[in-house]
Formats: sequence, structure tokens, C-alpha cells
Amino acid sequence: MEAVPILSLRNIGKAFYENRVLADVSFDVAPGEIIGLVGENGAGKSTLMKILFGMPVIRETGGFEGSILIDGKEVDFRTPFDALDAGIGMVHQEFSLIPGFTTTENILLNRESFQNSILIDIFGPRISALDRMTMESRSKKAIDKLGVTLDPNMLIKEMPVGHKQFTEIARELGRENVKLIVLDEPTAVLTESEAETLLASLRILSAEGIAIIFISHRLREVVELCHRVVVLRDGHLVKDYPAKGTTTKEIASLMVGRRMESAAEETHRKDIGSGSVLTVEKLWVDMPGERVRSVDLDIKQGEIFGIGGLAGQGKLGIPNGLMGLYPAGGTVTLHGQPVPLNAPRAVLERKMAFVSEDRRGVGLLLDEGIDWNIAFTAMQVQDKYVKPILGGLFLWRSDSAMVDLAKEYIDLLEIKCTGPGQRAGTLSGGNQQKVCLAKAFALRPDLLFVSEPTRGIDIGAKHLVLDTLRKYNREYGTTIVMISSELEELRSICDRIGIVYEGRIEGILPSTAPIEEFGILMAGADKDVAPAVAGGGN
Amino acid sequence: MEGLKRFIADFGLPRLIIAVFLFLLFAVAPFVGVSLPAAISDTLIRVGMNGIMVLAMIPMIQSGCGLNFGLSLGVIAGLLGSTISIEMGLVGLLGFLMAVLLSQGFGAAFGFGYGKLLNRVKGGEMMIATYVGFSSVMIMSIAWLVLPYKSPTMIWGFAGTGLRTTISVEGFWRHILDDFLAIQIADFKFPTGAILVFLLVALAVWAFFHLKLGTAVTAVGSNPIYAKASGISVNKMRIVSVMMSTMLGALGIVVFQQSFGFIQLYDGPLYMAFPAVAAILIGGASVNKATLTHVFLGTLLYQGILTMTPSIFNAVMKVDMSDVIRIIVSNGMILYALTRKTKVAK
Repeated sequence: MEAVPILSLRNIGKAFYENRVLADVSFDVAPGEIIGLVGENGAGKSTLMKILFGMPVIRETGGFEGSILIDGKEVDFRTPFDALDAGIGMVHQEFSLIPGFTTTENILLNRESFQNSILIDIFGPRISALDRMTMESRSKKAIDKLGVTLDPNMLIKEMPVGHKQFTEIARELGRENVKLIVLDEPTAVLTESEAETLLASLRILSAEGIAIIFISHRLREVVELCHRVVVLRDGHLVKDYPAKGTTTKEIASLMVGRRMESAAEETHRKDIGSGSVLTVEKLWVDMPGERVRSVDLDIKQGEIFGIGGLAGQGKLGIPNGLMGLYPAGGTVTLHGQPVPLNAPRAVLERKMAFVSEDRRGVGLLLDEGIDWNIAFTAMQVQDKYVKPILGGLFLWRSDSAMVDLAKEYIDLLEIKCTGPGQRAGTLSGGNQQKVCLAKAFALRPDLLFVSEPTRGIDIGAKHLVLDTLRKYNREYGTTIVMISSELEELRSICDRIGIVYEGRIEGILPSTAPIEEFGILMAGADKDVAPAVAGGGN
Repeated sequence: MEGLKRFIADFGLPRLIIAVFLFLLFAVAPFVGVSLPAAISDTLIRVGMNGIMVLAMIPMIQSGCGLNFGLSLGVIAGLLGSTISIEMGLVGLLGFLMAVLLSQGFGAAFGFGYGKLLNRVKGGEMMIATYVGFSSVMIMSIAWLVLPYKSPTMIWGFAGTGLRTTISVEGFWRHILDDFLAIQIADFKFPTGAILVFLLVALAVWAFFHLKLGTAVTAVGSNPIYAKASGISVNKMRIVSVMMSTMLGALGIVVFQQSFGFIQLYDGPLYMAFPAVAAILIGGASVNKATLTHVFLGTLLYQGILTMTPSIFNAVMKVDMSDVIRIIVSNGMILYALTRKTKVAK
């Protein structure tokens, strides 16, 4: 591996406006080398790959710092096509295949072989017919490189997920000069045996001299497969070292860093009542992509309860179903009283509140001011910030009360804005999140659901958001249920954490339990021991 | 230069062009022998006539149902109200108030059904609304013939049944608002009553959107999922807005009739929606945000163009271009607005 590296990243940095997501990242990839790129959500993996591929979003937001060298020569990719031409292939987390086309057609899309005919001379190349025989042999060749069997004539929509994934990879291999393939969470959707096959295929490719950047949350796979591991944390490269001899635990602690130590000390400072606030039995929620099958929960008075799990296992479905945003069923009782499902208003009237993971879609009125955003729910549900007129016949909106409320929370949560009237859509992600929290706090809830409160916001805002939640829990005794993909975040704030797997609570642990135990639950406790940390890519 | 560019971007180029054009028309008027006071007076009368129908656009825009191309439905409610009032033989203020009262009843009922329908076609409201407008006009064309109206002022003289295409409100409540406290100086007339009623209704719309209920309607238009998560019934709020829009349309046509002097049945309501839509768009509204300023400015500009072009063009070119200009302006404005869905002019 002493040859000229295929790819060298030199001091790569990137800031989206004031939000720095990458700083001074450098590493090399040698021919045939498999690099495991790991990091928590928001550590900068996706951004790094976007830079590498010359995605337009990078250029539109002001470009990046540092330089990229391919085969020792500096390159400047303006579009993803430039990257493809330079021999870099990318397999995305979501499939980009045409369902109604066959394997062959997908692999060779826009690179088809044509038959020569006299018609082409007359009418030009647009009339060329496909040379199906050659195409089939070409796609076979690409599939063979992977060492798997795929029917070249099968329609994509009829395939199992694993085969789709192989087709994606085969498409990248089908290119002439491919030298490096980036795989973003390739095994997330695969079954265990499919994942094994994929890893075997990747080893074959590596032996042929094709370098691979393997992005995965499944650390076990990283340890097994990769030659070197590159760990990103908060936009910095914290370690670049040989995978040999490392353990999943070591990688996990590098990923989450110092917060590991502080995890335990913050908790158990308060008394948690023995009484239940909320009991949930046999909850099912039909939320696409986050289906909940049967969840039983018992939330205690005054605790912060965490719900974790990998993406797509159903953790997000729980609050969304309870708050009536998606069709749900089951038995829910709050303080011993039954709570109707599929009725957002009834739930809000019972002093339950929800901060959605989908800030822009659910959490905010993007075209209205901060004051409206914060006060609206409390106004509608609790008749706050209104004045009765004509003997209570009409309820008049009190704009001044709303502005006062907004000012209060702008100070309290340090929302950076031009004033209470600034439109929510123009705020940064972190400040939008604070507005969403303020909206929930304005309801003075007894029970607060917070879903992915720190997703996509910068470190400073993250701390403030978590501190605020902690403060509300301590000072007002608000019981909080927090759903997050970031296990360390849950461990730093929660008293107990339930892990969701395949729409069920796989197990509930105190937040002080060792990280491996959480990993085991996340991968399904009754299966093979397969530690994995923090699910869901972004 | 920067400031000018910014002003044009904020104000909206089409609105600016139309405003400048209108100003030019007024400036030219005295030189081609058109009486300026009469022209201004005509414009004001037409603003009073049409203003409420433009106001009727606001509720549905605010609730996210888009432009009410089905305003004809409200107009039909108004026609039913006014014809029944005449059938009852009521004259003067009493007849007018009865017409308004009945039209509001029909408007509420029609609006409820219309709202229910629009709730089933979320995302395609404007197209469905257009067809609701067209088809309801055609159904009513049959109804006007077969409904058992008896009043001799309204039915066909020779057949003895069926309503006429145009019914005069002379002797019932013609100009009842226009002439109320009207200020007449030579050939200038200020239609105080009509303008007052327009402003009063505008005030009511403004007040509605300052109520808790109106706030909920606005939130539904701004982000229906947010509204749902805040415990608002999105469908209910949309129905409220559609009912309100239809009722305003019904009131609008009754006010229109008292000034125009005639009730126009059959195809009459067919083309009532487009001018109202065009007016609010010229005023600077977008498909999902509209304010009273947009209504005032838009009605004034649109009706101004409509009043001024025929007189000026006729005086200069001896050709009647007014209808051509009207169609170009209104359809052009609608086309323009539908292609720039988000930008709201200030």
C-alpha cells in the first residue's frame, strides 16, 4: 500500500453559513483499501461525501476549504458527473433504480450498447436499437465482479432488497474506469445473510484493486471488513488507524468521545415518583417507514424517559401515534384516565405536548412570525393570548400578549433573531428548534414528547436544547419522553432508555448500563450478538 | 439604482406597469375630451360594486384553498336571494335587506357543500373550483326556467313561466346604496353608501382574521400539518373559509345589482369569478397569501383600467378596445399569478 493513493483529502473544511460541520479533515485511500468511515449523526460524514462528489449544494453554500487529490493530481469536481468520470462511484442509502426496468437495463442505464443499422445513418443516433445480447454480457460481467448471482433480466420491483443493493453496486462497477466506490449505509436495509454476502463481495473487489469507502453504523461490520477506520466527531477527524485489533467498543467510544464519561454523572439527581404518568399497552401506529407494532410502556412521574433504536424500527412512530398525527390503536392511560387516540386536540387538552422531529414540516408555520409559532397552539387549545369581546361571543387575538410571550422565550432560549416578528422559515435550524420547544413549553405540559431535538443543529444549540429540557424536568417536574437516534445524547440526559426494534420495545435499561448492552438491544436481542451504535444516517 | 430595483421587486412589476398605465390614462383623459371627474366617479362606483366580491377571495386564499374560481356559486346564492326577495314583493331597504339575508342563507348552505367537496380534492382545489363554478351555473340555467316564480316583473311575458335573462331592480332597490349619502358635484358622484358598505365588510373580514377562529384558518393555510398537530380540525377550518367566501360572493352580487340596476341570470354568474380573481392578484396577492391592502389596491387598479380604457380608446381611436383589454389584463394576471406561487408583493 505504498503506491500513490487513489484519493487524498487534504484539510477539508466546510461551514454552512455560521454552522461549521467539517474542519481540517485529511486522509488517504490506497488502491484496494477499504476505509471504514464512522461517526455519529451530524458528525460530517454525509457532508464529506457531498464535497467529494462535487454536489451542487456545496458550491451553492460557498464551496469548501482544502483540496482533493485523485492519483496525486488536484481535482475540482463541479458536478457529480465529473466525479463519475474520474472513476468514483457512489451507492446511496436510498435506492436510485428504475423499478420497471430489468437488472441489465438499470446497470447500463445511459451507457447502453447499440446495434448498427442503416437507419442510424439516415436518422441519426437517436434511432439506434439496443444490442441486448452485448448488454446482457456486460451486465453479467459487472455482476460477476461482485461474486453474486443476479438474474440480469429480472425487474427491479420484483427483487428482494438485497438484490437491489447488489444491482446498485454492479451499476457502479459497470463503469469503465471505476477506482473507488463509496457505500453509504449499504447494509442498513439488508438481512444478516445478505449483509454477509455483500461484505464478501466487497472483499473480492478490494482484492481486485478497487478502493472502498464504507460508511456504516454497524460497527461490527466495520471491524470485520475494513483495513482502516476513520472516525469523525463533530466535524473533526479524531482518529485514522488500522482496523486490525480494534473493537466495536473502542470505535464507539471514539465516536462519542468525551461525552461518554459525562454520561452517567448528570442523571439520578432527582427523585422520580413511583406513580405512573402514562401507561401504554399494545400500541400500534401506522406511520410509513416507522411502523410501531406493539409497544408497552410505563412512564413514571418526573422522569426523563429515552427511546432509542435504529432508523426505521419505529421509535418515531410512538410519539407521532400517541399525539394523533398518524393512525394508531391500543390502550393509553394518563394519570389513570383513558386517552383517546387519533385525536390531537384531546391529547393536547390533557396537557401532553410534542416537539416533532420534522421541524419544518410539522413543527413550524414557516411563513409566520416567531410570536405566532410559539403562541398558536396554546391559544387554540387553552384559550391563552386571547381577549373575549362582546361578552365572550368572540375571542379576539391579543397580538401584544403574543409578542410578550415570544420575547420571553427569545431571551430564555437565546433565540437569535431580529425580533418576535421574524418569519420562522428564515431562522437557522437550531433557532427553529428552540421555537418548537418554546411552543411546547407555552402549553405548560405535564408530559412532553421530544423527538430528535438535536437533529441537524450545531453543537452550541444542542447543549442549550438539552440543558433546557433538563431544567424543565427539574424545575417544573415535567415528565419528558425523548426520542433520539443518538444514543449518547439519550444516555446523557435520560433516566431510563427503551430501545425499539422492529416496532416493539426490545428492552429498557438504566442510562448507566454499558453501551454494548444498548447495541445488543438495537440489533435485536434475540438474534446473534451484533453490537451497533446510533442508528439512522442523514 | 439598487433602491429602485428593490422597490420594483417588492411592489411587483406587473402591478407597477398597470399602475403607471392607469395613471397615464387619467393624465391623458382631459386632452382627449374625457371628463376626469366623471371618470373618477365611474371608477369609484365600480369599486363599490365589485369590492366585496374581491374580498370574497381572502378567506379561501388564507386557508390554503387557493383562489376561489368557484365564486359563481356564491353569485348564484345571491341571485336566489335577490329574486326571491323580489318575488316576495318587498321594495326599498326592506327588499334589499331581505335579498341580503336570503343570499347569506343560500351562501352558507352552498358553501358548506362546496367546502366538503374541496376537502376531498386537496391540492387540486382551484381546478375543481373552476368546474364547480361552471357546472353550477349550467344547472341553475335549468332551474331558473322551472322554479315556480310568479312575479310579473321577472318572468317571461309571453310564456308566463321561467325567469328572464335580465331583471331590472328599478322600483325595488336600484342604487339604494349608491345614492345613500351620495355626494354629487356637477358630474362627479361619490357613492358613499356603497363604499361604506364595502369598507364595513372589509372591516368584518379584518376582524375575523383577528379572532381565534380566523387565526386558526390562517394557520391551516400556512401549514396544515402544524395546525393538525395543534389540535385544529383542518377540514373544518377549510369549510369555514369556503362558506365565508361563498357568503361574501353572495353579498357581493347583491351589492353589485343595486348599483348595476339589473339581476343577470343564466350565463351571468359565469364570468364573475375571473375579474375578482384578477383584481386581487393585481393588488399583489399570491395564491396563498392575501391582505386587505391587496384587495383595495387591486380593485382600484383593475376597475380603474376597466373604466378608463374604453373611454380613452374610444375617444382616440374610435374603436371599442375595452373588452379586449379587459380580457388580456384579467387572464394575463391570473396566468402570471399561477406561475409565481409563493412571492407576495408588499
